[in-house]
Amino acid sequence: MNSIFSGTRLRDMIRSIRACKTAAEERGVVRKECADIRASINENDPHDRHRNLAKLMFIHMLGYPTHFGQMECLKLIASPGFPEKRIGYLGLMLLLDERQEVLMLVTNSLKQDLNHTNQYVVGLALCALGNICSAEMARDLAPEVERLIQFRDPNIRKKAALCSTRIVRKVPDLAENFVNAASSLLKEKHHGVLITGVQLCYELCTISEEALEYFRKKCTEGLIKTLRDITNSAYQPEYDVAGITDPFLHIRLLKLLRVLGHGDADASDLMTDILAQVATKTESNKNAGNAVLYECVETIMAIEDTSSLRVLAINILGRFLSNRDNNIRYVALNMLMKAIAFDDQAVQRHRVTILECVKDPDASIRKRALELVSLLVNENNVKQLTKELIDYLEISDEDFKEDLSAKICSIVEKFSPEKIWYIDQMLKVLSEAGKFVKDDVWHALIVVISNASELHGYTVRALYKAVLTYSEQETLVRVAIWCIGEYGDLLVNNVGMLGIEDPITVTESDAVDVVEDAITRHNSDMTTKAMALVALLKLSSRFPSISERIKDIIVKQKGSLLLEMQQRAIEFNSIVDRHKNIRSSLVERMPVLDEATFNVRRAGSLPASVSTMAKPSVSIPNGVAAAPLVDLLDLGSDDILAAPSSSGADFLQDLLGVDLGSSEVQSGATPGPKAGADLLMDILSIGTPSPSPAQNNTSSVDLLSTAGINNNPSTALDTLSSPAPPHIATTASAGGMFDLLDGLSPSPSKEATNGPAYPPIVAYESSTLKIEFTFSKPSGNLQETNVQATFINLSPNTFTDFIFQAAVPKFLQLHLDPASSNTLPASGNITQNLKVTNSQHGKKSLVMRMRIGYKVNGKDVLEEGQINNFPRGL
Amino acid sequence: MIRFILLQNRQGKTRLAKYYVPLEESEKHKVEYEVHRLVVNRDSKFTNFVEFRTHKVIYRRYAGLFFSLCVDITDNELAYLECIHLFVEILDHFFSNVCELDLVFNFHKVYLILDEFILAGELQETSKRAIIERMSELEKLQ
Repeated sequence: MNSIFSGTRLRDMIRSIRACKTAAEERGVVRKECADIRASINENDPHDRHRNLAKLMFIHMLGYPTHFGQMECLKLIASPGFPEKRIGYLGLMLLLDERQEVLMLVTNSLKQDLNHTNQYVVGLALCALGNICSAEMARDLAPEVERLIQFRDPNIRKKAALCSTRIVRKVPDLAENFVNAASSLLKEKHHGVLITGVQLCYELCTISEEALEYFRKKCTEGLIKTLRDITNSAYQPEYDVAGITDPFLHIRLLKLLRVLGHGDADASDLMTDILAQVATKTESNKNAGNAVLYECVETIMAIEDTSSLRVLAINILGRFLSNRDNNIRYVALNMLMKAIAFDDQAVQRHRVTILECVKDPDASIRKRALELVSLLVNENNVKQLTKELIDYLEISDEDFKEDLSAKICSIVEKFSPEKIWYIDQMLKVLSEAGKFVKDDVWHALIVVISNASELHGYTVRALYKAVLTYSEQETLVRVAIWCIGEYGDLLVNNVGMLGIEDPITVTESDAVDVVEDAITRHNSDMTTKAMALVALLKLSSRFPSISERIKDIIVKQKGSLLLEMQQRAIEFNSIVDRHKNIRSSLVERMPVLDEATFNVRRAGSLPASVSTMAKPSVSIPNGVAAAPLVDLLDLGSDDILAAPSSSGADFLQDLLGVDLGSSEVQSGATPGPKAGADLLMDILSIGTPSPSPAQNNTSSVDLLSTAGINNNPSTALDTLSSPAPPHIATTASAGGMFDLLDGLSPSPSKEATNGPAYPPIVAYESSTLKIEFTFSKPSGNLQETNVQATFINLSPNTFTDFIFQAAVPKFLQLHLDPASSNTLPASGNITQNLKVTNSQHGKKSLVMRMRIGYKVNGKDVLEEGQINNFPRGL
Repeated sequence: MIRFILLQNRQGKTRLAKYYVPLEESEKHKVEYEVHRLVVNRDSKFTNFVEFRTHKVIYRRYAGLFFSLCVDITDNELAYLECIHLFVEILDHFFSNVCELDLVFNFHKVYLILDEFILAGELQETSKRAIIERMSELEKLQ
């Protein structure tokens, strides 16, 4: 191949690419050039390497892949001539980065070049190293670079300084090596070297405590002097920017002083003079001056307190805030956020200006101002501020509404002086920006509403009025239909009128209209529709006169295409039709939701299952350990918030009947619940349980989704009325459900013994098996009880692989000893000892669920029961 | 610390891209596209600082070119504005009334100037004169 014709010149290639009219044309040209370059590379022709690489770099900048050129870079770097090296290093920096292994090959060349006689070559090497070296390369070449910091040529010194900066960033351990060299740089006169030296020291101080101490002791005064010199220096045209000599150096020095003064009173003392001087004497009509002032203010804020300086700083910020330049205002808002920590009063003085900034057309300023406002809120100004913010909410842009509404909600929640104000504000926010409001916010609102019993009437009426006007705000509709469902009777009967209200007449039909509208509207989502159905169920009990109409609406939903709606419609319909006797107790007014616990949960701190985890489950092959089955056993525990895996939001979702396939979220949400679910599986699976977590989750999901909402009595009946699939996990819970309900009518298999303390009881009896418990108390500890369980085989067959499992509620602890045997011969018995510790001894009596598994004639048999008849006082 | 420097024209073509942090090629393209979108639509009345992922971008428009610097959140924005301006002045001096075409045809020189001005994400030299002198020395060696 002729090297004369082996390719276009760089200029010509660029021209021809620019001349292309379409992208396809350009691709064609590029492809051809790449092919030529590749051919040339294969020939290994050194003459064109230079040009080829330049072309490759241009092609790379256009966005095309150029990996085949990487080795060319290496070859060029290895060449002796300066121009080749230069383009080679340039290519290296452009086409490679520190994560590629090819880079390691360059280390040797770099080492040689760092020791080169030609200082320009040394400069090239330092430059490349400083821009893209990896940690290994840094380690290898650190000694060379350190040496170069003391080189005679200032250009090399400054490059070496910055290169060291990168080295210590990549390998912090090497910081100590550079401390001495760095401190010598601080005495330089050459601005370039000085600024890079300062930068290196700054880096060292942030990385290493010892370096910080060293610099603080030795160099603070020197630095202050340098800053003073530079501030007072005469006009230097070379470095002058808008009247300030080398503002960059000013800023770097201030930054380093900040680090040195932070946390150290002595160093801070030394600096106060110069800081005051810079703060007062710097011209602030140009950007350069403002930049220096800004850095100065940051430094004043960071070092130890001298109140006069701080006041000076905040005044400067106040001046910035009224500057017409947006940049300055932005920067001032930023700084004021930090200043609030020190001097709230001073910042409060500027509150009006800041509030104006919230309405600024620039999005960045708005955001900053909003954050600042939320920091400024306190009990005194909350009402005023909220009013302003809500007024602005009505006219703000869509994309800002989300932030704004979130902020308003958090302000209102934290500082609301009284409940009625809180509800009012939240209503306004929901009306304006409902679709931006997050779930936990409106959940919290509902908790507050339910707690404010004197305001129920007022709330439901206000919501009714609001939802008539703003029916497209989804969250508002949801809250409204929940309230109408709960407090519908208060609505139509105008109960609990407050003095400030105007009377309105709402008929039952009107109320149902609203709910029906929510269901039938096409843009309601599933949650809203589902909530509406539940509300209708409640209303059918509260408004018996229009029960027929409600029934019609429900029946219509039976044919809904959404499975959840269909299911609910069918179940609710059957309640309305056939279970009228329990309907009213089902949909009784909801108990007051416990605010305190809700808040704690919401902070994510304590899921109920933490107590589950407090006891490790002791898994013995024979007697499987018992751990509190929190959700299945709502046995006498007053804590209605017993859903184990819920975060606050999920629990509330359960209560609101909004549990739509989010049960995976429930069980997967925190490690606590997962482990809790593991324990559940331990109990309910026979044998050594070590299921995979994923499998665990899915089967526990079934468990929890049916069992987790057992606190809502209506859904308990759901599992009753709809045929439960024959699933071994749900059998347990369904069985539990049945037992819970059968508890309404006493079950024959349990005998209550009301005799003297600790008589033996028949814990369980079926046609094939009988279990007796005898009790004894170990000396001293009233809370502990030793139970001896005797299992009696009543059938003519032999039971093998006999396993007894038991579960107790949270306040009990259970320990099972191994049974006397696994095999229960016909009409024979085996015994097993249990130890129960009752932390609520005296207040609550023992209660236990048990499950027995065994094989008879090769078939697995499972028996379960609940033992309620423990003697009192155990 | 400066994370990357971008020079883009109004159509989104990148005339200069210097990264001081490692990024994959595809990530680089995404970043360039996003920064361009952020910057090109902003009104001139707005601030020159935009939040970008977990950092911020300081930008300024000179004729048809956007000069964007991505820096850490804690850095002094006003100082970097000055930095951009100094860079433009240097280019202007070096190319004598620089225009976009100069930067296209002499991209390798632009990179060299940049490498004399900023190294490892930090400012290396603040004197325009010093950088221009250095560049002429280097040119003589070519």
